[in-house]
Amino acid sequence: MKYLALLAALALPGPALANPDPADWDAVLTEADGQTVFWNAWGGSTTTNDFIAWVGERVAQDYGVTLEHVKLTDTADAVTRVLSERQAGENEDGAIDLIWINGANFAAMKEADLLFGPFAEHLPNWALVDTDGKTVQTDFTVPVEGYEAPWAMAQVVFMYDTADVPESLTSMPALLDWARANPGRFTYPQPPDFLGATFLKQALVDLLEDPSVLQDPVSEETYSGVTGPLWAFLDELTPLLWREGRAYPASGPAQLQLMADDEIDLAISFSPGEATAAIANFQLPETVRTFVLEKGTIGNASFVAIPYNSGSKAGAMVVANFLMSPEAQARAQDPEVLGYGTVLDMDALTAEDRATFDALDLGVATLSPEDLGAVQAEPHPSWMTRITNDWVDRYGSGP
Amino acid sequence: MLKLLPLLTVLAMLGPVIAGLWGTVLPAFGHLPAAGLLGPTLDPFRALLHWPGVTEASRLSVVTGLGATILSLGIVAVFMAGWSGTRTFRLFERLLSPVLSVPHAAAAFGLAFLIAPSGWIARLASPGLTGWDRPPDLLILQDPGGLALIAGLVVKEVPFLLLMSLVALGQAQPKQSLLVAQSLGYRRSTGWLKTVFPRIYRQIRLPVFVVLAYSMSVVDVALILGPTTPPTLSVQIVNWMGDPDLAMRLTGAAAALWQFALVLLALGLWWLGERLVARAGRAWIAAGSRGRGEGALRGAALVLGAVSALSVLVGLISLAVWSVAGFWSFPDIFPQGWSARTWARHGPPALQTMGETFVVAGAAMALALLLVLGCLESEHRSGRRLTHRGLWLLYLPLLVPQTAFLPGLQTLLLSIGADTGRAPVIFAHLVFVLPYVFLSLGDPWRAWDRRYATVAHALGATPWRVFCQVRLPTLLRPILTATAVGLAVSVGQYLPTLLIGGGRVSTLTTEAVALASGGDRRAIGVYGLMQTLAALIPFALALLLPTLLWRNRRGLHG
Repeated sequence: MKYLALLAALALPGPALANPDPADWDAVLTEADGQTVFWNAWGGSTTTNDFIAWVGERVAQDYGVTLEHVKLTDTADAVTRVLSERQAGENEDGAIDLIWINGANFAAMKEADLLFGPFAEHLPNWALVDTDGKTVQTDFTVPVEGYEAPWAMAQVVFMYDTADVPESLTSMPALLDWARANPGRFTYPQPPDFLGATFLKQALVDLLEDPSVLQDPVSEETYSGVTGPLWAFLDELTPLLWREGRAYPASGPAQLQLMADDEIDLAISFSPGEATAAIANFQLPETVRTFVLEKGTIGNASFVAIPYNSGSKAGAMVVANFLMSPEAQARAQDPEVLGYGTVLDMDALTAEDRATFDALDLGVATLSPEDLGAVQAEPHPSWMTRITNDWVDRYGSGP
Repeated sequence: MLKLLPLLTVLAMLGPVIAGLWGTVLPAFGHLPAAGLLGPTLDPFRALLHWPGVTEASRLSVVTGLGATILSLGIVAVFMAGWSGTRTFRLFERLLSPVLSVPHAAAAFGLAFLIAPSGWIARLASPGLTGWDRPPDLLILQDPGGLALIAGLVVKEVPFLLLMSLVALGQAQPKQSLLVAQSLGYRRSTGWLKTVFPRIYRQIRLPVFVVLAYSMSVVDVALILGPTTPPTLSVQIVNWMGDPDLAMRLTGAAAALWQFALVLLALGLWWLGERLVARAGRAWIAAGSRGRGEGALRGAALVLGAVSALSVLVGLISLAVWSVAGFWSFPDIFPQGWSARTWARHGPPALQTMGETFVVAGAAMALALLLVLGCLESEHRSGRRLTHRGLWLLYLPLLVPQTAFLPGLQTLLLSIGADTGRAPVIFAHLVFVLPYVFLSLGDPWRAWDRRYATVAHALGATPWRVFCQVRLPTLLRPILTATAVGLAVSVGQYLPTLLIGGGRVSTLTTEAVALASGGDRRAIGVYGLMQTLAALIPFALALLLPTLLWRNRRGLHG
């Protein structure tokens, strides 16, 4: 009988047996001790890289987890990697343990069963997360269902140099008017860059009378009608852009350099605190401030997910949980560090933790939560994919 | 054992190239069993043709490749014609090693800041001379014509071709030829171009082909200086290879084959051009004109050579200034304040990455040295010299565009489950390190005076003892120089590290190029400088060590 059980155990060493159970947190902690977690995260922003390095120091101290930041130029690289590994039969110990992810990449990985979970809602710090006020349970309209853990809130703001732009702009048509009067002084990161694609979505959301149509997947019948105003807007805007739209900055931070060089006066950002942090780092002039559009701007959450074939799932969960801790969240919100919005519910915190948040000086160029105004919902990911592809065909492939 | 080494060397050099090409051909015809796709089909090529940027990207590849090669070769030719043998020329020779060891990416960063509309040159002249209090909206960097990219390639290929020409010059007896020409009344440049250049060109033909193939398919420089609407074909191949949609990988493979075909086409065009230039050149020589406009040509040559060398060196200085800059806006020539913060923040991780860079470079270099020394010694003992065909074999890995075989190699490695970690990266670097080490060590090795060996043999030494106790010590300087060349080649590798390392192996070059997308010039300054140091330190050691070790052996300073 004993032998039979042993045989059965040998015959069925399915991956399910090896996976840690997030509900048994003590077991997770024990297993995590000594593990190395390869966190694949976009590496183009030095402030984010520093924050990740700090997270690495803290989880090594408290939990014995070694964190290695694999700096990506594009999150899609990580998705490709996991896909290729599954095709090659690498199901036990893939190269990636944790991915900074959201939107289309999450939708693709979840759809293809490439993610471990559900785990997020079992993490101890989940109890502190603001699930009512913040969009942490859907990601670009796709239900999260515990397959990724939120760690930062983002909302579109525009950074403008008050030395050149006297007052904030209220809408996309107003931006176009301003560009007519000031040709060559605005640009956006080149799609398919994430922030560039976000600018396109933001423009579409602002131009549409009723953006709720974007909550459903793209349908062939309505696509050209819905996006018509966007292309008309871009056809007019493109020749008024920096370099007449014949070159674009590669990414969000590359816009900061252009602003510092006084090549442009206006730039989009997905992080309300970015401008303040950049001023402190000498990356932006002190005259830069931020604004949001009258109808509100797009907001979403950044998440971390664990690939199904990670060999250090326990360690990865420990990192995900640490990212949701008041300590990490307060540090991320500090404009001197990152200036990211927190995912936590202030009312769920202890008085001591809340005081840490209250003591944060958001900085000169950061709008207060009230001034950030209404948050517009992210469109379904299929819109981003489709619009980005069309943009590349129309504006990114030469004359 | 020794006899096996040449075979092993060829295997290490060509094995990955052939395997990689095979791994590219299959998916290009729709065959990727791992993804459940079975070919053959022409769909990937149809998808490539369907991409709206295909004509423009292909044109860019050909134009930047041919443009950079013609310009580099032209500058080297007129500069050597006008100035070789002079004191000015010796000054340039001294600048050659440092300029040559600056990695392509670092040189490109430096150049970008010099020539941008908000760059150093514009700042120097503004607002005083230009009246610009804001940078002008000029498309200088990332221009769709690829001019900035060509410039970035030229400043690095000129020193490379100059070095190759200097090696060839030694065998061309330029002084005698020039003396005869001048005594017949030819002016200096004209005489040199008519009598010496044809012989030098024959020797540097293969390096010129390498420059052409490299310039057509470079990725890191194109990412920094090249256009983006659309990007060059090679950058687009890398984009496709990284797309989560697997169908794009097939398109990427098809594009990689197309890239390879374009390189072959350009090499063919070059070959035709050689014939035409040779015919015209012969007519020009036969016509017997003694040279006109000599002064202008020499002046232009000096300006071109100086601009090319200075833009690398001043570019490096600008990186250094950025790395300690506080806020620094247009049109300030220098930052408003100075700060050590960037170094405090990026210095330690950069130092750590430098360690990893040297581990990879050192391992690839050790393997390369072992193989090359083995090959040369085996060649020496068997008395068989490297044939012309053998030389082509050496250059082959440098002539096949990296974008054509590295993605295929990555797919192949992945499918046998051997893809992560340092070892595959080291072997991928070896492919590129080997030819350079072989080329730089081959000539001094063969030029070695065999009578030393004969004497040692006569004294009863075995061949191995002669090798270890006579040959290696006397050839210490060229061996160290070859080592430095090999290390610099490895330090500068971008695509092999990125693709084969799968993101887990990061060197100073991959970090610096990743930072380029973020545009943080301060951080780029730190990494660019560290990258240059990593390539420069071995050269300095190669110069210093023999002098120290043999300070009491004057004959060994060679």
